[in-house]
Amino acid sequence: MFVRLLEFIGASVLELLYFVGDVTLLFIEAIKQLPVKIRFRHVLNQMSHLGVDTLPIVSLTMTFTGMVMTLQIAHEFIKMGAESTVGGILAIAIGRELGPVLVGVVAAGRVGSAMTAEISTMKVTEQIDALRVMGTNPTGYLVVPRMLACMMMVPILTVYGDMIGVLGGWLVAKYYSGISTYVFINSISTYTDLNDMTGGLIKAVVFGGVIAILGCYYGMKAPEGAEGVGKATTKSVVSAIVVIFMVNVLLSMIIY
Amino acid sequence: MIKLENLCKSYNDKVVLNNINLEIADGETLAIIGGSGSGKSTLLRLMVGLIKPTSGHIWLEGKDLAVMNEKELDEIRLHMGMVFQYSALFDSMTVGDNVAFGLREHTDYSEKEISAIVKEKLEVVGLPGTEAMMPDELSGGMKKRVSLARAIAFGPEIIFYDEPSSGLDPIMTDKIDDLIISTQKRLGVTSVVVTHDMASAVKTADRIAMVHEGELIAVDTVDNFRRINEPRVRAFLRELYIDEGVQK
Repeated sequence: MFVRLLEFIGASVLELLYFVGDVTLLFIEAIKQLPVKIRFRHVLNQMSHLGVDTLPIVSLTMTFTGMVMTLQIAHEFIKMGAESTVGGILAIAIGRELGPVLVGVVAAGRVGSAMTAEISTMKVTEQIDALRVMGTNPTGYLVVPRMLACMMMVPILTVYGDMIGVLGGWLVAKYYSGISTYVFINSISTYTDLNDMTGGLIKAVVFGGVIAILGCYYGMKAPEGAEGVGKATTKSVVSAIVVIFMVNVLLSMIIY
Repeated sequence: MIKLENLCKSYNDKVVLNNINLEIADGETLAIIGGSGSGKSTLLRLMVGLIKPTSGHIWLEGKDLAVMNEKELDEIRLHMGMVFQYSALFDSMTVGDNVAFGLREHTDYSEKEISAIVKEKLEVVGLPGTEAMMPDELSGGMKKRVSLARAIAFGPEIIFYDEPSSGLDPIMTDKIDDLIISTQKRLGVTSVVVTHDMASAVKTADRIAMVHEGELIAVDTVDNFRRINEPRVRAFLRELYIDEGVQK
């Protein structure tokens, strides 16, 4: 029993190490392909897909997150007579943590899964082999544009999400909790500085890279068949979300 | 010239190809036949450099593909074209973009020049005016022909065909066979055709090689191949009911 447990732990650790190694190698290969050729048209296409696909859901997620956060903060802080801090606390929470993390999670679900599904379908229909036979590096052609697009678009979506989140918070603060617009905005300008926003944006860049690399990795490693594509897509989303949460802790410790 | 020397390929303990030795001359069309799971597609993928051999050498123009890195392989693959079993057309691109892919990736040709080449290659395969169509609007035979147009667009010296008649009706199979022959004659390319269709092999090839359970058991000219007394070759020919009556 004990030996089996040890075997299970050993096998799991090995599997994790292989996964980390493979993903790291793919990232290094993508970085090596950067100076070879950047397909700007593909990057723009991917950015446009990412933006169009994700904007509505980012709007909804961040609006309601901002609203519910303000609801809870205002409810407690008004009791303590600290309503002048509500806007600032909301802006810090959104700018530093909620904005990048929630946009990252939404993008992982919406875009990471699409990347995995597309690339794994290309793999099972031999389209990736066709790229290689035509002398085109699949990492340079498929991974690099997606990685660049995600690393640029996730921060842009995060800025948008931050603004929408604060706007949602302001709506609740003004019309539900009775905090005036002046107090709300004054609180934001008092308690926040540029670092709150830039720290969140650095996180968003990293999360964008994580989403793209994992989305492409699972696509390229997908087993044959429709079931393989489905499983790869699920794994890609789950892994990206878990890694985003883990990396977020690490980045928060480093940045703030 | 392609030369395979003591080529072996195994997956874990399973031997897929064992000690293959084969030479393919410039301008020759060689058909590799064999039953399902015999290792013929693996042999083709090794020759294109899509997989690495467990041991042995794949010599192409004096260079060994077995020891090349991916960058070196990319360069040598510019001299190759491949028609895949299921065509492998890029489904997010039009027919024209598929054919133009290699030209846009690896040349400095203007869009006007590329359009002219695409038009010409589509005419060669009998599909003029299909540039704007998407792959999912095409039949299986048309996809194979677009795949051939894409393979010849960059002016390859060697063309590999993976089961070119797979999934096609006899009339379309005949058309694809004719295209393989006319492409070889027109461009003077070396062709390697992997097929389980003996009639196609006889019609298109100068020589036929047979792979059986990972071993190369016979290589000869088409006429001689039909007279080989190797029991496994005869069994394969009998199984395909074309022992008699197939003429090149």
